[in-house]
Amino acid sequence: MPADLRVVLAEDLALLREGLQRLLSANGFTVVEAVSDGTKLLRSLVTHRPDVAVVDVRLPPTFTDEGLRAAIAARVEVPGLPVLVLSQYVEQVYARELLSGDRAGVGYLLKDRVFEVDQFVDAVRRVAGGGTVMDPDVVAQLLSRNANHRLTNRLTARERQVLALVAEGRSNAGIGASLNVSQKAVDFHIGNIFAKLDLPNSADDNRRVLAVLTYLDESPELQTAPGFRT
Amino acid sequence: MRLLAWSVLLGVASVLAPVLLGPALFVAALLIPARIGVPLTARLLGWLRGLADLHRLWAVRVMDTPIPRPYRSAEPPRAGDLRQVIADPATHRDLRWLPANATVGLVLVGLPAGFLLFGLVGIAAFARWVSSAGVGGATHIDVPAGPYIGEVPDGGDGHGWVFLLLGGALLIASWCATRPAMRAYARFLRWFLAPPQTTRLANRIAELTQTRSEALDTQAAEIRRIERDLHDGAQAKLVALGMSLGMAEKLLIADPASALRLLAEAKQSTGAALSELRELVRGIQPPILADRGLDGAARSLVLASPMPIELSVDLPGRPPAPVESAVYFALTEILTNVTKHSAASSAWIRIGHRGGLLDVMVADNGMGGASTVPGGGLHGIQRRLAAFDGRVTVASPVGGPTIVTMEVPCPLTCASS
Repeated sequence: MPADLRVVLAEDLALLREGLQRLLSANGFTVVEAVSDGTKLLRSLVTHRPDVAVVDVRLPPTFTDEGLRAAIAARVEVPGLPVLVLSQYVEQVYARELLSGDRAGVGYLLKDRVFEVDQFVDAVRRVAGGGTVMDPDVVAQLLSRNANHRLTNRLTARERQVLALVAEGRSNAGIGASLNVSQKAVDFHIGNIFAKLDLPNSADDNRRVLAVLTYLDESPELQTAPGFRT
Repeated sequence: MRLLAWSVLLGVASVLAPVLLGPALFVAALLIPARIGVPLTARLLGWLRGLADLHRLWAVRVMDTPIPRPYRSAEPPRAGDLRQVIADPATHRDLRWLPANATVGLVLVGLPAGFLLFGLVGIAAFARWVSSAGVGGATHIDVPAGPYIGEVPDGGDGHGWVFLLLGGALLIASWCATRPAMRAYARFLRWFLAPPQTTRLANRIAELTQTRSEALDTQAAEIRRIERDLHDGAQAKLVALGMSLGMAEKLLIADPASALRLLAEAKQSTGAALSELRELVRGIQPPILADRGLDGAARSLVLASPMPIELSVDLPGRPPAPVESAVYFALTEILTNVTKHSAASSAWIRIGHRGGLLDVMVADNGMGGASTVPGGGLHGIQRRLAAFDGRVTVASPVGGPTIVTMEVPCPLTCASS
């Protein structure tokens, strides 16, 4: 693990900005700059080129999805710049937009996830390392949307739980810990899931995440029909 | 041809109506003091309305000229409420229309039929001239009886051709005049049978008063719901959170294990409060709608839907925020209905803006049979959109498909980002 990861933080509410800064500093990150609006964010990301950006979706001046737009714009200027987007709510449309380009080094989490400090810090590190982290809610929504789908239908309730955790980017050990089962049992479930969904299994956590997200998002039956404008 | 037939029919009606109804109404009105006149007058006024309604129907069906009914009550006149019927200005207009229709109306509506009649008379005269005297040289012609236009030729050599010329010209005139004359007649009908400006304004005020009070009611109910949700939900959870933290503070030194448990509880309670607030915010103003407008919000709905939905959005700008929000919630309601009740396997949504109207169409291939029952979801949508002069139409024959159309007049502002 590298000594200190350099972070640019974007959050307009001072209370949360300071809280996050404190949380990250206490967990082996150096916050090189903490900004409060989208314009400053873009400038900061391009000048500092941090190891990871932690960005709130809603930022001034528009108080809409300024943060998301700035993050996507920054990734165009600095390809591969790892970005973890935080939000008060998860929105499939945004998850899609984040995942639509280069999927390496992208994360999208509810702000609530900072409560679990260790998991949150782990997520920031995984994104910095080029991983993909999706909020459990994104995955749950994808799963529920696919509830009637013939392939996901074949999964047992436990397998669905495991699948959601896989999609979050957890390791087998992490999944075992959060479900209170042995790692062996997790391995067994994952083997079953990947076999049932005809997905290539992989020991690499991140490739696994991508396989699952792609599967949930792009199964031919589930694709949104053409005709929509972006 | 069809219009010519109407010309004849309406021309005859315009003369017969006042001849029959006029004296009858006069007599009935005289008999009002004698009681028998009351039901009689009501009945006759009812017939008059029926006649006017038939003309309105003709205007909209044949001439594409909608003429709204001006009457204060939609019910046919009854003896019991004769006083109100007589006080209704629309009744006075009907009564004035009757003679006007027999004069000005007759000229307009009868013109093509008249031309046709005289044209045929001319042709007949020519035919007679040909058969009686031959084209060679007639000395005398029997002119068919009937009204005549122009100089009656006295039958000199070749004068018979004048009949052909005149008759032909009249037939052509009849052919050409039909459409404009009928259009003029439709306008004439609208002038008399549509509600006058003051009535229209009065109706509009009544409608606005109604929709405004409904909009305010809905809003008040929403605020009450939000207050209750906050009070029972997030606020209560924050109180619990404060309690857990207070207890943990007290126990931190003496009983660290219990303090830890309380802190974990506090964390959980915070998470629960947050997710409740999130749901509440979604119900007030979904963030995606604020961020991305109807386009993004509709895409979000499509992505969240369990069935495949085809979406096409063609909006060069954004509607005003209140319209956007009302239409969004209508859309969620309709999609919920589709998912719950229609048994459809797919659906499509089309959102566009044409001629000053925001036009949203939702269709599914389900089993149909959806209707707007009072208190139902669709009725609620109708009421909410009525505040924007919006219209909701539902076409849902049993067996499907179901098509719900929402039209809301509104301007678009350029999307700013």
